[in-house]
Amino acid sequence: MEITVKLFAMFRIGRFAAARKQCEPGTVPADIANGLNIPEKDIGIVLVNGRHARLDHQLSDGDTLSLFPLVGGG
Amino acid sequence: MDLHGFIAAEAAGDLFPWAAQVRAVERFGLTLGQVEEAILQRGLMPARYQRNRQTITVDMQLRLCRSRVVIIGSGGLGGYLVEELARLGVGNLVVVDPDIFEEHNLNRQFLSSPALLGKPKAAVAAARVAEINPAVAVTPLQLAFSRDNGHGILGGADVVMDGLDSISTRLELAECCRQLSIPLVHGAIGGWYGQVASQLPGDDISSALFGSWSESKGIETRLGNPSFTPAAVASLQVAEACKILLGEGEPLRHRMIYVNLLHMEFSEVLLEPSLAAVEQ
Repeated sequence: MEITVKLFAMFRIGRFAAARKQCEPGTVPADIANGLNIPEKDIGIVLVNGRHARLDHQLSDGDTLSLFPLVGGG
Repeated sequence: MDLHGFIAAEAAGDLFPWAAQVRAVERFGLTLGQVEEAILQRGLMPARYQRNRQTITVDMQLRLCRSRVVIIGSGGLGGYLVEELARLGVGNLVVVDPDIFEEHNLNRQFLSSPALLGKPKAAVAAARVAEINPAVAVTPLQLAFSRDNGHGILGGADVVMDGLDSISTRLELAECCRQLSIPLVHGAIGGWYGQVASQLPGDDISSALFGSWSESKGIETRLGNPSFTPAAVASLQVAEACKILLGEGEPLRHRMIYVNLLHMEFSEVLLEPSLAAVEQ
């Protein structure tokens, strides 16, 4: 199946802003993040088709996955 | 002559000069804030706020004068929050921070300077406001916010500003604001990036913002915080607070703005109101 991955803030540095990815059925956002060498602890917000999701959410063909880094400074 | 007669006599058109406001304090034994409220009640604008018009009318300025905003954290975000809220004319500020200024604050923290290293951030904030707008009453609290002292600190606030640097404490702050039904304007920064959202009474932004949270710090531990990111994010927060206090415009309710100053992108992320209920 094919999904669209969107990366935000520093996740896109050295990677991409948006890309299509082929992946196996049953793939979850954590698999995509691991494949991109994005540590799970750096991830703040996970969106699937614009809705909040967990890192173990099962992705479907045609989904758009967005990953935002966790920011906590003040 | 009573105060009202004095105000009528000293008004310059629809403005009231600062020097006369100071004289009224001496003559009638009031605070600058009390005189400011009396001026606004008479439909006059204290001259120091004349460029707030017409974005802010006299009635709105009176509402700000009577408002109480609690600022949790007086560092990168907090310094700008204090400065902007005081210049705007919010009459009562509570500034909470346990820390003293250190050298690594100097690249960005608006209230820091070499001469103030070692000084408590909350007390410095009060001194700054006394300098720029002494009509604003500031209560400095040199202590660490937590859910244990939260209700005492936040009680009576019209809006609470998040200028914290810890995600775990942010979650406690959001929880206290929910329990007290006080609007919270969240802001957080790291490197070129930041986020802003408002939690109004009845809302819960915690799970949507930090649902995947496991660490107490985010990317700021590696990316640092340059000077412009706290200024940008704090300014967005103060705009939110101003709107919430005045009931104007559209707050960032059920949505968050993710700020990327490196690519100059502002992304809107919807914060589903039902998310907390769905996930628990």
